[in-house]
Amino acid sequence: MSATLQTLVNQPYKHGFVTSIESDVAPKGLNTDTIRMISAKKKEPEWLLEFRLKSYEAWLKMDVPAWSNVHYPEIDFQAISYYAAPKQKPKLKSMDEVDPELLRTFEKLGVPLHERMALAGVAVDVIFDSVSVATTYKDKLAEVGIIFCSMSEAVLDHPELVKKYLGTVVSTSDNFYAALNSAVFTDGSFCYIPKGVKCPMDLSTYFRINTEESGQFERTLIIAEEGASVSYLEGCTAPAFSSNQLHAAVVELVALDNADIKYSTVQNWYSGDENGIGGIYNFVTKRGLAKGVNSRISWTQVETGSAVTWKYPSCVLLGDNSVGEFYSVAVTNHYQQADTGTKMIHIGKNTRSTIVSKGISAGHSNNSYRGLVKVAPSAAGARNYSQCDSMLVGHQSGAHTFPYIQVANNSSQVEHEASTSKIGEDQLFYFAQRGIDAEAAVSMIINGFCKDVFQQLPMEFAVEATALLSFKLEGSVG
Amino acid sequence: MIHQDSKILLEVSGLCANVNGTEILKGLNLTVRSGEIHAIMGPNGSGKSTFSKILAGHSAYEVTGGTVMFEGQNLLDLAPEERARAGVFLAFQYPIEIPGVGNSQFLRLTYNTVQTHRGKEELDPLEFDDFVREKMKLLEMSPDFLERSVNEGFSGGEKKRNEILQMAMLDPRLAILDETDSGLDIDALRVVASGVNQLANKDNAIVLVTHYQRLLNYIVPDYVHVMEAGRIIKTGGKELALELESRGYDWVGVEHKAAMGALA
Repeated sequence: MSATLQTLVNQPYKHGFVTSIESDVAPKGLNTDTIRMISAKKKEPEWLLEFRLKSYEAWLKMDVPAWSNVHYPEIDFQAISYYAAPKQKPKLKSMDEVDPELLRTFEKLGVPLHERMALAGVAVDVIFDSVSVATTYKDKLAEVGIIFCSMSEAVLDHPELVKKYLGTVVSTSDNFYAALNSAVFTDGSFCYIPKGVKCPMDLSTYFRINTEESGQFERTLIIAEEGASVSYLEGCTAPAFSSNQLHAAVVELVALDNADIKYSTVQNWYSGDENGIGGIYNFVTKRGLAKGVNSRISWTQVETGSAVTWKYPSCVLLGDNSVGEFYSVAVTNHYQQADTGTKMIHIGKNTRSTIVSKGISAGHSNNSYRGLVKVAPSAAGARNYSQCDSMLVGHQSGAHTFPYIQVANNSSQVEHEASTSKIGEDQLFYFAQRGIDAEAAVSMIINGFCKDVFQQLPMEFAVEATALLSFKLEGSVG
Repeated sequence: MIHQDSKILLEVSGLCANVNGTEILKGLNLTVRSGEIHAIMGPNGSGKSTFSKILAGHSAYEVTGGTVMFEGQNLLDLAPEERARAGVFLAFQYPIEIPGVGNSQFLRLTYNTVQTHRGKEELDPLEFDDFVREKMKLLEMSPDFLERSVNEGFSGGEKKRNEILQMAMLDPRLAILDETDSGLDIDALRVVASGVNQLANKDNAIVLVTHYQRLLNYIVPDYVHVMEAGRIIKTGGKELALELESRGYDWVGVEHKAAMGALA
């Protein structure tokens, strides 16, 4: 494939600006003092400091995971600042008190905090570097008993809930990056849907890394009580720096009997430039526990950013008849690397899971699907369907699939389908002969390829994801 | 229909072209006026399909000499999509499959793109659905074609119908049909040919590229050209096709060489 393809991929990153906001940044380095400092700054209870220190101890004994198909220089964990917050009055009463520069930043990003959100019917929590700066619609949600706030606030205002669930899905020693997150997490979103409540609006969090040498370690916890349901959306961007920033988040979801959690992500962290300089290292642990009978956890992700992505949103299907879903589009371009997929752990009887993964690789990038389907002896009648499709754009990119299937009973059914395709010169010529230029053609082919996943996204997110993909691959075909 | 005073749509002079360094076209001349139907025949490897792809602007071919004028503009200066928008249509010999892209979505995009270029209104999905279903009747196509992915899993005959459907929608000035008869059974051939005949009018022109005379029983050409080794070596009326059918191609080449020899 020719110059046309190459041109289509080479588009500037539009979220690459830095906001000049005075930040309160901790000195670089990590030790127990850093952790005590973070905990003190956040006025945390003793048990949480213990949780952090225990995690830190575990982390010290762990090694950086080396099994994934991504390659990057060793990270110096002592060269990172573990806390960065916009300098602000500690507590904001209303949106009017938010630094106007910060509001302008989010406007540039297309995150409207005011009335536009009302129209869209989405409640938003905004995380800037390490700290949550605004949560909209809190009061309205409180009327039906929903708690939606930053993790820091939840720790102070609802300690019993946080204590009960934090670390129950992803333990402090689950993996290297989860342990690190558990030790140093600074903020994130907390969401609690009480028994029988269907959340009346989509809840949303926007994450933004703004400081050059800080890491972002957010922690999100969502609990849906019996019969509750919620749809949660997450978006991420970061400025373009020539250095790499570390992002190591942990997301835990808990669904009790008959509860339903749908978690959608559009990840557009800065991916580095066309030569692979800069970009976010995105090492994320996301896991949902379908604890109750008939509960459902559904992950949908559109991964377009980051220099390196290492992420496996998973479902532990504990309750009988519980359902796990994973719908993913991962796009890599230039020198991006993604190793992403899911784990479906079937424990309860008649549990069902669906995996639909679409990987698109352009430029010199490498895109891997890695997925585990594990059916325990107890999971009689379990079913899984997996579909993993890869598409190559150009001839210097790589697509890999690593499916792991472990079945420990004989009443379960597991299906796996996979395909690899390529956007070819002849397809583009066919479009051109009908008057359609290469960009529109690529966009149409890619959207067709991804439609099974896009259908799962809420409307506005689907539109955003479609635009993002076209933008991302612009110039890559030609 | 031949009218010597109707205007020239396509004028090809001395066209030479290479693929991977091998010369395929060696000075091809052809004039097509509006209202005419031309058939280009010739043995395998004579350059017929190459010629049709070059007119459409396929990047695998390098034009090394000659000119191609289309309605007064230099066709070779235009990108493939610009040629299509200007009214050059190629019905492919092997239409490519595009998995995941819905046929109706694709057809509407191509229709609206070309309409916009002509300064006409686009059709919304509902209007387009009515419009395309009407055109599909012409080719006796079942509406479920619209639900499927572009050409994916289509039989040979279905692919060819889908090509002529696009020709019917786009209403091109110049339609080049590359081996449209290949892979068609006799019923499908009749339907496709009848569709093409209904689309032919005094303002457009059709160039049929074909190996066999069979198609010309259904679509009657005004001119038949014989191509050999990258150029047109004989031109006649529709009866030339019948003669080729009974005598083969060899005699044309022999006659041509003799004529060239006489000139030299």
